[in-house]
Amino acid sequence: MESKAIDILHIIEENGRVSIPTLAKMVDASEEEVKGLLKKLEDDHIILSYSAVIDWSKVDQNEGVTAMIDVKVTPQRGVGFDQVAERIYRFPEVKALYLMSGAYDLSVVIEGKTMSEIARFVSEKLSTVDSVLSTTTHFQLKKYKHDGVVFGEGEEDRRIVVAP
Amino acid sequence: MTTKQVNKRLSKKVQSIQPSGIRRFFDLASSMDNIISLGVGEPDFVTPWNVREASISSMERGFTAYSANAGIIELREAISNYMTSRFSVDYDPESEILVTVGASEAIDVGMRAIVDEGDEVIVVEPSFVSYAPLVSMAGGVPVAVGTNIDTDFKVTAAQIEAAITDRTKAMMLCFPNNPTGSTMNQEELKEIAELAERHDLLVFSDEIYAELTYDEEHVAFSSLEGMKERTVIISGFSKAFAMTGWRLGFVCAPKDLLSAMLKIHQYSLMCAPTMAQYGALEALKTGMDDVYRMKQSYKQRRNYFVKSFSEIGLECHTPGGAFYAFPSIEKTGLTSEQFAEKLLLEERVAVVPGHVFGEGGEGHIRCSYATSMENLEQSVERIGRFLKQF
Repeated sequence: MESKAIDILHIIEENGRVSIPTLAKMVDASEEEVKGLLKKLEDDHIILSYSAVIDWSKVDQNEGVTAMIDVKVTPQRGVGFDQVAERIYRFPEVKALYLMSGAYDLSVVIEGKTMSEIARFVSEKLSTVDSVLSTTTHFQLKKYKHDGVVFGEGEEDRRIVVAP
Repeated sequence: MTTKQVNKRLSKKVQSIQPSGIRRFFDLASSMDNIISLGVGEPDFVTPWNVREASISSMERGFTAYSANAGIIELREAISNYMTSRFSVDYDPESEILVTVGASEAIDVGMRAIVDEGDEVIVVEPSFVSYAPLVSMAGGVPVAVGTNIDTDFKVTAAQIEAAITDRTKAMMLCFPNNPTGSTMNQEELKEIAELAERHDLLVFSDEIYAELTYDEEHVAFSSLEGMKERTVIISGFSKAFAMTGWRLGFVCAPKDLLSAMLKIHQYSLMCAPTMAQYGALEALKTGMDDVYRMKQSYKQRRNYFVKSFSEIGLECHTPGGAFYAFPSIEKTGLTSEQFAEKLLLEERVAVVPGHVFGEGGEGHIRCSYATSMENLEQSVERIGRFLKQF
């Protein structure tokens, strides 16, 4: 991949709101070139979506519950873990799903409005999937860092206004 | 107490030195709110956590005593390895490397080690504000050689040669340069090396921005043929590793010069702070990825900033290193001081007037792009609006 495309990916991963004219100047390219590169990166499913990291705990009435569930499954002949993974990640409550090495097979991240909503999802949906052998649910108590972003107040600029 | 009485108490040397021109702008800008500051000569990153953590850990383990005068040997060894691997020049950690309290102390002890009363030191300007005063305070005479935008602020051997007299002892170079961001390539430096050899001059090469070059690899002056024996490399951790407040620099120099500097350092400073030295050791061991990450970010901001300047009609050469742009404001008809003051008062953007950096700096302003993209976008908008009145 050409280095300008990689530079663009780094920049928008940090701040998805950078405008095309600014982006073009930052990577020393024309606006048309940047538009073309973004389109290609989107078409190739390298850029999957543009999202914001939000601290929902600061938004009234919007505080949800997040749980990370360790799932042990029986892999199926021919498709391994992929088929069972697909059955799980299609539920809208599932925000992330990873195949893991170690004590369990799948790590499922669930978001719900209440703990009981998550409990219901685990008991009624997840644990009833055919090849699921066991689940262990961990509720997140507080988010300190997510996707490389530290939650809470950002570090302020402590530099003096004019310096050598 | 009258001024006359106060003056009587002060040395003539100190009285002859002007306070840094940056000071006035600092006082003015500090008294105002909602300033976008492009006047800051330091990274906008906080020191990488690994480095901070190593320093905290050194304190937890009780490393709170003096270190060897020249610095902890592990750090000097790491600096030696770094100079070899990055710039292909070998220094003996035992006798050719000194850890100092910032690169500023390194320049001070360097000048005091070589200058006798009346010796001349050529200072290539625009330059960092402390070079000429430090030459003066060491008893020497700074001799300015100005560079300008027409040659991208690069100095030629001929310009330096014209300033050489039989009292010339050394020359002071800084590439990548503060305030212009200008860099010099191998061929250009070679000409100066030949000149230094021909006139038997020492070369003080401030390479504190060596890691922050965007278009070409940095060439250490001492790596040029025959130059190690007459070069004092000044560097430090402030800029590349975002460690300005740690005050940790280093000098690489031939043994005789180094031991003279060490003598001054041991009487005036004793040693650099021990906990900061452990932080710096970690920076050299594991910090290069962070340096690369920060450098990429500066490069993108440089590209944005310089292109935007040209769009709003501000003539600016493309700085190859450091994190400063040094555009010309001559067409406004204002002096750099008037421009900076008016811009600050009318649009609340703080820049540093070029004249504080000496000959060749007048007619320019120093704008640091070590600030957020949001600030850069805002400042370009404000400066653009400001320029419309001229």
